[in-house]
Amino acid sequence: MNDDLSRLIADIDAMRMNRRRFMGTAAAAGAAAAMGGTMMSATAASAEEPKKGGIFRMGWGGGESTDTLDPGLADSPVPFVVNRQWGDTIVNVTADGQIEPRLAESMTSNADGTEWRFMIRQGVKFHDGTDMTIDDVVATFKRHSDENSKSGAFGIMQGISGIAADGNEVVFTLSTGNADLPYLLSDYHLVVQPKGGVDNPNAAIGTGTWKLVTAEPGVRYTFEKNPADWDATRGHYDGVELIVINDNTARTSALQSGQVDIINRVDPKVAKLLAKMPGVVVENVSGRGHYVFIMHTDTAPFDNNDLRLALKYAINRQELVDKILDGYGGVGNDTPINAAYPLYTAVAQREFDTAKAAEHYKKSGHDGTPIVLIVADTAFPGAVDAAALFQQSAAAAGIPLEIQRVPDDGYWSDVWNVKPFCASYWGGRPVQDQMWSTAYLSTADWNDTKYKNPELDAMILAARSETDVAKRTDLYLKIAQVVHDDGGTICPMFNDFIDAKSDKIAGYMKDPNFEAMGGWASAKTWFA
Amino acid sequence: MSVHPILKLVAQRIALGLLLLLAVSVLIFAATQILPGDVAQSILGQSATPETLANLREELGLNVPPVTRYFNWLFGVLQGDLGTALSNGQDIASSMGKRLGNTLFLAGCAAIIAVPLAIILGLIAVRYRNRWPDKAISTVTLATISVPEFLVGYIAVYFLSVQFRLLPSLASVNDGMTLGERLYAMSLPILVLVLAVLGHMMRMTRAAILNVLESAYVETAELKGLPPFRVIARHALPNAIAPVVNVVMLNMAYLVVGVVVVEVVFVYPGMGQYLVDHVAKRDVPVVQACGLVFAAIYIGLNIAADVISILANPRLRHPK
Repeated sequence: MNDDLSRLIADIDAMRMNRRRFMGTAAAAGAAAAMGGTMMSATAASAEEPKKGGIFRMGWGGGESTDTLDPGLADSPVPFVVNRQWGDTIVNVTADGQIEPRLAESMTSNADGTEWRFMIRQGVKFHDGTDMTIDDVVATFKRHSDENSKSGAFGIMQGISGIAADGNEVVFTLSTGNADLPYLLSDYHLVVQPKGGVDNPNAAIGTGTWKLVTAEPGVRYTFEKNPADWDATRGHYDGVELIVINDNTARTSALQSGQVDIINRVDPKVAKLLAKMPGVVVENVSGRGHYVFIMHTDTAPFDNNDLRLALKYAINRQELVDKILDGYGGVGNDTPINAAYPLYTAVAQREFDTAKAAEHYKKSGHDGTPIVLIVADTAFPGAVDAAALFQQSAAAAGIPLEIQRVPDDGYWSDVWNVKPFCASYWGGRPVQDQMWSTAYLSTADWNDTKYKNPELDAMILAARSETDVAKRTDLYLKIAQVVHDDGGTICPMFNDFIDAKSDKIAGYMKDPNFEAMGGWASAKTWFA
Repeated sequence: MSVHPILKLVAQRIALGLLLLLAVSVLIFAATQILPGDVAQSILGQSATPETLANLREELGLNVPPVTRYFNWLFGVLQGDLGTALSNGQDIASSMGKRLGNTLFLAGCAAIIAVPLAIILGLIAVRYRNRWPDKAISTVTLATISVPEFLVGYIAVYFLSVQFRLLPSLASVNDGMTLGERLYAMSLPILVLVLAVLGHMMRMTRAAILNVLESAYVETAELKGLPPFRVIARHALPNAIAPVVNVVMLNMAYLVVGVVVVEVVFVYPGMGQYLVDHVAKRDVPVVQACGLVFAAIYIGLNIAADVISILANPRLRHPK
């Protein structure tokens, strides 16, 4: 009994239980009379009590009729947030960048980070009433790392050489140590499904707060409360309705006219106006997503670092933040990392400097033919306008830029990662290693600047398995400095996630991981 | 000859229409092949790697030569099987059927209001031609047809939904709704579509009737003392039906196939957005199916227009 009680106390400390569940379980342990009073005063003081009931209506941009329910294929805002409704990952990254155990209760690793063990939570039920077992968890990770897999998490599962069950622990063996493995496993594609979702990846049966009722891709999804939710601290509404609204104006007016309670992707150009409307609250949070102009460092004329530096000095970053993001964002510094990442150290900020740009341009010996920058609206919101501003500031330094505007359709298959100079965006990653490994390793598929530097590769791999935090921080600074000085990325700005919600919604907290409180808004908020 | 000439004509038109549909399907298939990228690349998007692309192409059967794929598809369609969407594995007939139902319902509601209204306004304009009612009707309908629909839509949303909260800005319809709820949700898109097609039909009615009013028998009718509105409605309108029907059918076809912008503005789950999404994903079977349906509707409405024009003309109805 003492063991039971101490576990309950630990649970309360971890805020995993609400009062009612504590009462029930503690009574069962026969200790309510003795311990109840002190425990309850501790929880009651913690926050205002969430109210129950109502249907939470979300107006979401970024969904299509062609979307699936397979979490492995989620690559846009609507599938992402739909999976967040019905599914859980084994761990999650909190708003302040810490690892929070979810379907795993705890985790341990060996000294060099080559073996990781995650203790799986017991007594969790899937929506179909079956128990979640260690086999389901192992099968999930195996499905996403299978060589025939088309999962979006396939890339990040590559470093894992073995996935096995050991009692109630899932054991990951890595070929090279990785101190960040829990961050990788928090990836939103890695939703635990019955039997790993091998038989039916689109079943949308998970352990989440909400059970899927109807799914009309590109139109509407509805959910009802999961009565057997393992996490009693979340899920205050009776249900969730998600309406796909891709048009910015339609989404904004749906919120203004009270037809939805929260919207994502508020256009920065209207965010300030929207914030003045009665009944509407704009919530912006600086994230890790950034907008880039990328040069292929293996293709002329961008194989010349003086030309790359000339272009980097010829862009007015502050002007872009002010005019393209209307201030809802941060100034970039030609690396993909900002202060939202753990272990961040700032590299000296590169300023807009026409004299230096002209000097490097002259030194590069470029023949003065126009440098073609390919851009489409889909590259990032405001990309075409940003390119025009870049063209003007470059002209001031005597660098001729020619903007080639192309259709959105086919941009990600035929221009991005194919043409030598284009506009693009990155959504950011929870940790530095993942960002560097995804886009700056010589061998990475998405090395979209074709930057190949063996020294940089060695530093990225060394930082990955370095367990000394000071040394690791130092390595990341050096990596950032190399890319800042020599890389092919021109990063003018980091964009904010901008949600807008009705002032009737309480409990909203900013989360830099993703929009809508990391995707968990429906589970953690309530009607005031 | 026992076959009535009109039946024969209809049969001929339908046969021609089927041939046209076959040609359309070839064209659409060829066009989707020319588009850059394929469905596998579109599904995986920015997260595509060579391995995942190869896996997906194999799974979707994209490694089969295009001509073979086309004939496989055609064979399926002839048996009534439209196949499944490559991008999300849904049955095309059922997912498209729902969208098509929505589109036809919206088009139908708009047409039920717009067609009689346009003809009545046309008659009024003729009756008071060159006086203030005619000028007012012409100016207003010209204005609504000239302003792009999405702008009319946004203006309607701003005033009717956001400012006064009279009508919903989202025309989000679903199966659980009663007819009344559905019509209420759709009120703004219906309004915008009526405004968009009214002008064209009204002006054609006016022009066609004015043309007939020049003829001798109208003069006779006037001389025998019939009231002006009766002359127009009884003597001029029946003889102006052929051109009016043509314009009405054109506008009805437009209501079905040309309203994607209105669907986007009001988030109405119709065919337009469905087709655009699948073109963007290079989901050829769905694009083919949508193309066929749209082409069939166009051809069908045109056949109907021709037949009605013939029926309206006694000389064609009773050939010597």
